[in-house]
Amino acid sequence: MTTTGEHTINITLKVWRQKGPQDKGRFETIPVQNVETHESFLEMLDQVNEKLTHEGKDPIAFDNDCREGICGMCGCVVDGIAHGPQKAMTLCQLHMRKFNDGDVIAIEPWRARAFKVIKDLMVDRSPLDKIIQAGGYVSVNTGSPQDANALPVPMEVAEKAMDAAACIGCGACVAACPNASAMLFVSAKVSQLALLPQGQPEAAQRAIAMVNTMDDLLFGNCSNHRVCEAVCPKEISIVNIARLNREFMKAGFASEAV
Amino acid sequence: MQLDGKTPSGPLQNKWDKYRFETKLVNPANKRKYSIIVVGTGLAGASASASLAELGYDVKAFCIQDSPRRAHSIAAQGGINAAKNYPNDGDSIWRLFYDTVKGGDFRAREANVYRLAQVSNNIIDQCVAQGVPFAREYGGMLANRSFGGAQVSRTFYARGQTGQQLLLGAYGALSRQIGAGKVQMFTRRELVDIVIVQDKARGIIVRNLITGEMERYAADAVVLATGGYGTVFYLSTNADSCNVGAAFKAYKKGALFANPCFTQIHPTCIPHTSDYQAKLTLMSESLRNDGRVWVPKDPTDSRRPNQIPEEDRSYFLEEKYPSFGNLVPRDVASRNAKEQCDAGRGVGPTGYAVYLDFADAIKRDGQDVIRRKYGNLFDMYQNITDDNPYETPMMIYPASHYTMGGLWVDYELQTTIPGLFSLGESNFSDHGANRLGASALMQGLADGYFVIPYTIGPYLATNGVSEVTADHQAFHDAAQKATEQDQKLLAINGNQTVREIHVKLGKIMVENVGMARNAAGLKQAIEEIKSLREEFWQDVKVPGTASDYNLSLQKAGRLADFLEFAEVMALDALERDESCGCHLREEHQTEENEAKRDDDNYCHVAAWEYDGYGNTPKFHKEPLVFENVELTQRSYK
Repeated sequence: MTTTGEHTINITLKVWRQKGPQDKGRFETIPVQNVETHESFLEMLDQVNEKLTHEGKDPIAFDNDCREGICGMCGCVVDGIAHGPQKAMTLCQLHMRKFNDGDVIAIEPWRARAFKVIKDLMVDRSPLDKIIQAGGYVSVNTGSPQDANALPVPMEVAEKAMDAAACIGCGACVAACPNASAMLFVSAKVSQLALLPQGQPEAAQRAIAMVNTMDDLLFGNCSNHRVCEAVCPKEISIVNIARLNREFMKAGFASEAV
Repeated sequence: MQLDGKTPSGPLQNKWDKYRFETKLVNPANKRKYSIIVVGTGLAGASASASLAELGYDVKAFCIQDSPRRAHSIAAQGGINAAKNYPNDGDSIWRLFYDTVKGGDFRAREANVYRLAQVSNNIIDQCVAQGVPFAREYGGMLANRSFGGAQVSRTFYARGQTGQQLLLGAYGALSRQIGAGKVQMFTRRELVDIVIVQDKARGIIVRNLITGEMERYAADAVVLATGGYGTVFYLSTNADSCNVGAAFKAYKKGALFANPCFTQIHPTCIPHTSDYQAKLTLMSESLRNDGRVWVPKDPTDSRRPNQIPEEDRSYFLEEKYPSFGNLVPRDVASRNAKEQCDAGRGVGPTGYAVYLDFADAIKRDGQDVIRRKYGNLFDMYQNITDDNPYETPMMIYPASHYTMGGLWVDYELQTTIPGLFSLGESNFSDHGANRLGASALMQGLADGYFVIPYTIGPYLATNGVSEVTADHQAFHDAAQKATEQDQKLLAINGNQTVREIHVKLGKIMVENVGMARNAAGLKQAIEEIKSLREEFWQDVKVPGTASDYNLSLQKAGRLADFLEFAEVMALDALERDESCGCHLREEHQTEENEAKRDDDNYCHVAAWEYDGYGNTPKFHKEPLVFENVELTQRSYK
């Protein structure tokens, strides 16, 4: 296949390397030649890993899967910003044309008390799953529902619920937050279900259980820095956090839920 | 081997009811005694795990990603079909059934497809109850649209993220069961073998991707919901971790693999531009509603697209198919694009792309209207290619997207290994030779929510609780074998990376087992695959150790499977000496280059039985009997 040649840059990576959770970790400097600007950021990392493999060295471990910005598996802090410099984009959708020849690029894993580093850029985000397991669902068994149209939902409400439901669970909000809080993540699920009639019966219980679980898992509190919203690849709004706060306070009055 | 599809007798409409009435039930109090392993947490796997746990079974679920929420079902954009007939436009269960059978070019089992259409409505009810935010009309009712050329509006959708929302619904249901302790969830695990004891599936061996350890799990039944094999082409729209491994391990243990040559190539993907590329990005085929597909008439024309006047352009789909034009089915659109590029009229840096032009639509409706309809897709295109599709035509090319073939299963979704079931894309059951748009999500959820909870019962009730534990010798042997393969791969220390060899395999497959196939090309491909397999086992380079997170080693194992599987795929394409659906054998076309079926000789499911490494697998046939529909020739003129 053709290589244009005119669209290549040379860069230097400062990549976080850490053998395992117990290892202290350090930055490794890796010069990378001939990066095509049409490459995605992860394809650039693939290219580096191919070279490391040929040299018999350990490739850089990083999480990724769909590479179209929807699975939420990828994500690193690039030059200090979760998912890198492009707004409303996952790391897999960032392209090398956003960088210049000669750039030095720092790549680090999500850093948060609740997320253990597994290896290099991979972290353990299972605490996010545990928060969902505490109540981020509607308790409905397979086979029991009524007809789908028996429960009308105004379009506006459905759209707001969809805005919140668009969260991909990547954890960038946690990584960016100075308190390593998961409030944006929790609020997205609580909002989606609090907005919809289906979520009403368990609303109080859900808000309390999810917030308590978040606290138990060592996520921090929200102190309105709004950086979560700024880095969110799906542009989940902090309006959802306000809604979560309302739901949480409201739930306090529903005594049986406490 | 006699293949028994176990289709219940009686009229089509009553078969599922009859089946449910006549099968043996598991006593509710006994359900907790039975343990079930479910591999994969996409739509089929997550919905199955949740539903089985709700019934009381003891479920262990496994996924390859770091969370069950990330399975590749999440990437589906368009929507999910159901026969609700909310728009009052003439839809019915029968019509959805008929469209699916016809769309599959009459190579699927009638009874399975009818059941799929029957339960389609329950799926929508279920998902709405879970809080899936489907698109709504102003009055609060659910919105529907027509999709993929269907003549009724039966597709439900959640913006361009339907797969994501349905998966998150199933993930919620699964999470609830995990939280309740009914499902034990194992993430970052890859299936490396299926353990058979006394001819029954009794458990699995998985690689813990973080520690490299081979872990052993026993159960009374094993359910595979592990997706398709589209990455056999290397470049595809599938996610990085998609692979044939689980299904192929089942095949090597005796499960038959059905119709492996039936693969769908999606026409509207962003073209391959360079060797660094890791995947191809699909853009919703709704773009063909307004975009016009063309290439320059003169292969040497090097002008920029906007400078090429109308008379020097060939709108090949509109010219060839005047009534359907740019909206011909996926396989027809894909094949024609390839034909143009093979004839040298392709565009872009590689010559393997065609234009998809919105200039006329923008002139007619204005840029605002087009932006409202396709804004997110245009943005995505611009982000990836750095071209502005409002000003210059998009370039598109077909890419591997979905695989209709898969493990052979009967009406109960049971493979030929007792106790081993297969759901969703990993089985072959419902789409025949071609899948219709918005039907993959439907099938995944139908299998998981509404079929397997009923059809696994009779097996468990008949066979009772197994006494086999993970300490059984068969588990030790299987784990040992997997470890030995790892050691072998690590010891080769050759010159090529896994990726480099996978790229080579992809080229063989795209060239000869892709959109159009012929006997000579297929025979050549089989030879090339064999020699590439040799090359792999002599020259692959896998650094690191087996006792760590080692992506090269994981990928080497997956590629080893593909290098064997690819041959079965080519063999199946060679054996099926007819054209049907997505499988076009160049020897069998109508005068209009349409797939020409041979119902007298090929109206069957081709199922392959493993016969040892390097040997030609044994061929089996399951004849397809059509009692309710008449076999017709597709025409889109």
